[in-house]
Amino acid sequence: MRYLPLTQSDREAMLAVIGAASIDELFVDVPGVAQLDGPIHGLPLHASELAVERHMTALARKNVAAGDGPFFLGCGAYKHHVPASVDHLIQRGEFLTAYTPYQPEIAQGTLQMLFEFQTQVARLLGTDVANASMYDGSTACWEAIVMARRITKRGKALLSSGLHPHYVSVAKTMAKFTGDVLDTSVPTLTAESDIDQLIASIDGDTSCVVVQYPDILGRIADLSALADACHAKKALLIAVVTEPVALGAIKSPGEMDADIVVGEGQSIGVGLQFGGPYVGLFGCKEKYVRQMPGRLCGETLDADGRRGFVLTLSTREQHIRREKATSNICTNSGLCALAFSIHMTLLGEAGLRALAETNHAGASAAADRLAQVPGVELVTPAFFNEFTIKLPQEARPVVRTLAERGILAGVSLGRLYPGEADLANGLVVAVTETTTTEDVEALAVALQEVLA
Amino acid sequence: MTINASGWRPETPVVGNSTAPTFTGNKGLMLEEALIFEIGSAETTGVEVAPPVEAPSRLGTLGRAKPIGLPGLAEPEAVRHYTRLSRQNYAIDLGLFPLGSCTMKHNPRLNEKMARLPGFADVHPLAPVDTVQGALEVIHQLAHWLVTLTGMHSVAMSPKAGAHGELCGILAIRAALEARGEGHRKTILVPESAHGTNPATAAFAGYAVEDIPATAEGRVDLAALTARLGPDVAGVMITNPNTCGLFERDMRAISDAVHAAGGLVYCDGANFNAIVGRVRPGDLGIDAMHINLHKTFSTPHGGGGPGSGPVVFSEALSPYAPLPFVEQTSDGFRLVEEETADEHHDHSFGRMVAFQGQMGMFTRALTYILSHGADGLRQVAEDAVLNANYVLRSLDSTLDAPFGASGPCMHEALFSDSNLAEGFSTIDVAKGLIDEGYHPMTMYFPLVVHGAMLVEPTETESKAALDQFIGALRSVAERAKAGDVALKSAPHFAPRSRLDETLAARKPVLVWKDPELAVAAE
Repeated sequence: MRYLPLTQSDREAMLAVIGAASIDELFVDVPGVAQLDGPIHGLPLHASELAVERHMTALARKNVAAGDGPFFLGCGAYKHHVPASVDHLIQRGEFLTAYTPYQPEIAQGTLQMLFEFQTQVARLLGTDVANASMYDGSTACWEAIVMARRITKRGKALLSSGLHPHYVSVAKTMAKFTGDVLDTSVPTLTAESDIDQLIASIDGDTSCVVVQYPDILGRIADLSALADACHAKKALLIAVVTEPVALGAIKSPGEMDADIVVGEGQSIGVGLQFGGPYVGLFGCKEKYVRQMPGRLCGETLDADGRRGFVLTLSTREQHIRREKATSNICTNSGLCALAFSIHMTLLGEAGLRALAETNHAGASAAADRLAQVPGVELVTPAFFNEFTIKLPQEARPVVRTLAERGILAGVSLGRLYPGEADLANGLVVAVTETTTTEDVEALAVALQEVLA
Repeated sequence: MTINASGWRPETPVVGNSTAPTFTGNKGLMLEEALIFEIGSAETTGVEVAPPVEAPSRLGTLGRAKPIGLPGLAEPEAVRHYTRLSRQNYAIDLGLFPLGSCTMKHNPRLNEKMARLPGFADVHPLAPVDTVQGALEVIHQLAHWLVTLTGMHSVAMSPKAGAHGELCGILAIRAALEARGEGHRKTILVPESAHGTNPATAAFAGYAVEDIPATAEGRVDLAALTARLGPDVAGVMITNPNTCGLFERDMRAISDAVHAAGGLVYCDGANFNAIVGRVRPGDLGIDAMHINLHKTFSTPHGGGGPGSGPVVFSEALSPYAPLPFVEQTSDGFRLVEEETADEHHDHSFGRMVAFQGQMGMFTRALTYILSHGADGLRQVAEDAVLNANYVLRSLDSTLDAPFGASGPCMHEALFSDSNLAEGFSTIDVAKGLIDEGYHPMTMYFPLVVHGAMLVEPTETESKAALDQFIGALRSVAERAKAGDVALKSAPHFAPRSRLDETLAARKPVLVWKDPELAVAAE
C-alpha cells in the first residue's frame, strides 16, 4: 500500500505500547453486526498507480472535451483560456494541502490571498466588501435571498425570468423548507428583459428582487431604475453575474446601486470540470457585512505590530453560533478562489479589459454570421459574449445532431426549460477568446445543412 | 490594548526573539510579501490576449466607463508573489497536521493528475449526454463504492461540502416526514458534542434544535435521548465515530428508539475514516449520512475548500433524494434532471445546486479508492485507529485524557487542559507546537471537555513521524505544566507572532484601500 507508511513490525510495536493484543481489540466498541471480517465483497482490491491511471484515462476518453472541436456552450459555465502558471501555483503543496486558516500565524499565505481575492471581487462586482467565496453561484444566490430576508424582515423574493433556471430550482427547493415566497417565471424569446414587470411587482412584502446580468439568454440591461424602485419600497436588489469576464466591458451591478451582488467565478482560473468545483462570488454594501454568510478575512496586527490577516467576524458562523448562525456553511471554495485570484492578478485591469473586448467582438461577429443562416433569427440585440438565436425548429435535436458531427453548438433552451414549448426553438450560443473564426464558420455551415 | 483569552498582552516582552531588523524586513528564507495592490499596476499584465475581430459593439449604453482598480503583475512577478505567499503556510506536505475531525491525510498526486485529464477537466456540465458518458460513469462508479462501503441503499452526489451534505440529508428527512403527513415534527435532537454545523443545518432546514447530553464516558446519553423522543421529534443528528473520538456503542439502540418514536436518524460521517472498509454504518439503522470526500477519500483541503459531501440514504429515504442523479440504462448512462422526473423520481425534494456537483473531486476520490481497493481501505481505517491510540497512550500520562478509560479511541485522541499550570490553557500548548514545527491540534472542541485538544494523526503518518510529534507535544505540555511564561508569547518562529483577532473584529478591514486615497478622502 503505497500511501501507508506503517510496517507490520511498526504495528506490532505500537500495539504493545497501547497494550492491545490485536487491531480487533481497538474496534471492540463497534457492534459485531456492523463489522466486516475481511475486505468488503464484490469490490476490487488495491491496484498499482499505472493500473489506476489506465482505468481513469479510459473513462476520460469516453468524453468529448471542450477543446476537441468547435465549442459554443455557456449558460453559467464558460470555456476560457487559463494561463499555465495558474495551475502550477495552485498545485504547490503549501496551498493545495493546507487547511482552513484557523491558525493564522502559520496560514498567512492563504489569508493574504483571501484578502486580495476579497478586494479583487469587491472591485469587480462594484461592492464595498466581498467574502472569501462560496460553493458556487447557485448556492450564493440562495444565501443572498436568505440574507435579504434577514435584513428586511420580509419573506417574498421576486426572481427575474432571466435568472438561470438551475439557480431558480435551487431557490425553489430551499424555499419549500424555509417558507420563503418566491415569485418566478420563465423567459420569453424577446429582446427586452423583464425589468419593467419587476418594477411593477415590487410591494411592501418584497424582500428582494433577483436579476441576472447578463441574463440566461445573454441579454444585458441597465439595473439603475430597478435599484431605485427596490429602494423606494425598502427592498434590496440582488444581482447575479454568471460570467465575470463581462464586467471587464460593462458597468458593474454595484455601480448601478445593487445591494448584494453574487456570482459564479468559474470563468476566471477555474475551468469547466463538468460543473464543479466552482467558486461562488459574494459582495455587498458595507452596512450589511455582519449579515453576510461565509468566511471573511480581515486585516489586523500581530504582537510585534506587523500587518497580518485573520478570519474574522466569525460570530456569524456555525462553529460559534451553532443554530443561530447566518448560514450552516463552514467552508468556502479556497483553492478555486486562489485560482481566480491568480488569474485575475495575471490579467490585471489591462488584461481583463482586453479579454472582455475580444470576447465581445467575437460574439458580435458570430451573431452576425449565424443570423445569415436561412431561418435563423437573432433574439438578443444587446449582449456580452453570449446570445440567443431562434431556429425554425426545436433546437435540442439540432444540438444532438451537430454533436455527432463534432460541433458542440450551444445550450438548447429545451434542455434548460423542458416542457416550455415557446422556448424550444431557442439556442444560447457563447463565444470566448478560445473560439476561432473557423469555429464560427464551421457552426454556421453545419447549422445551415442540418436546418435545410 | 486588548487582552486575549490567555491574559497575554501585546506589550508582554517577547523572550528570545530579538534580532536586529534587516533592511528588507526579510529574515533569510522568511520573506515578507506585499499585497498585489502595493506592487501591481493597472497597466501591467501577465497574459496576452488575441486582438478583437472587427465587429459592431452590442453593449448599448452599458459600456464600462470607470476604472475597476485591478492591479496586474507580469508572469515572473505573479509566480514569485504566490510562491512567496505559499511559504507562509503550514501544509500536509510539510508535516503532520493533527487537526481532530479534519482527517488531514496525504493527498496523492495521482489524484491531481487524473482530475486534469482533458476528458474530465475540460468538459461542460450542459454538454449533450452522449458526449459525457465517461463523466457519468465516474459518478456511477464512485456512487457504487460509496453505497457498498456504507451498506446503504442509494447516494446523492451533488452536495458541495460536508455541511451541504448535512443539509441534503435533513431535507430528505423532512420531505419523507411530510410525505407521511408528519410535518408537525419540528424538533431535531443534536448531541452537545456535535459539530456546530449540525445545529446550524437543522435550523437552516427550519427545525428547532435541542441538545442531548453526553455521559461521563463521552457518549450519547441513551436514557436522556429516549426520554426526549416523542411525536414532535423529527429525528436525531449523531456523529459516529463521535467528536470525542469514540464509537457510539449504542448506535443500534439509538436508531431503534428513534424509529420506534417515528423519527429518522442522520449520521454525520465526518469521521468515516476510522471505519471505512471495516464497519458498515448501514447495519446500524441510520437513514442518511454524508461522506466528506476531502477527508476520508483524500481530495485536497485547498486552504478551505472546495470539499464534496455526497449523502448515502437508506431505502426509506432514497425516493426523496435530490436531483440530478445518474442512472444506468440499456443504452448508456443518463442524467436524471428536473426534465426527466417520472413516477420513480417525483418524490425528490428538488435540486440543491446548479449542475452535477463536485466532479473534480469525484475523479480524485475514485482514483484514491481504486488505488487502495477494498483491502487497502480497510487497512486505512485500521492504521488510522492504531495511530490515534498510539498517540493517546503515549501521552495520557502527560496530559489529561478525559475519556481515556472509555475504551479505545477511534481516529482521534482527546485531551483536556485540566492539568496545566494556573493561567495556562490549550492555546498556549497549541502556539508552542507551532514553534516545534507543527500545526496545532483542534482547540476548544468538542465543548463537552474543558480546553479540549483533539488530535487526529490519520493513517498516513509513519511511526517515526508520530514519535517525533509525541515528543514535541510532551515537551510543550511539560512546559505548560511548569508554567513556562515563554509559551504565553508563542509562537516565536512563525511568519507572524500572535495576531490580534479582537482588533480585526472590532474594526473590520475586509478589503484593501489605497492609503493615499483614504487620506485625501479625509
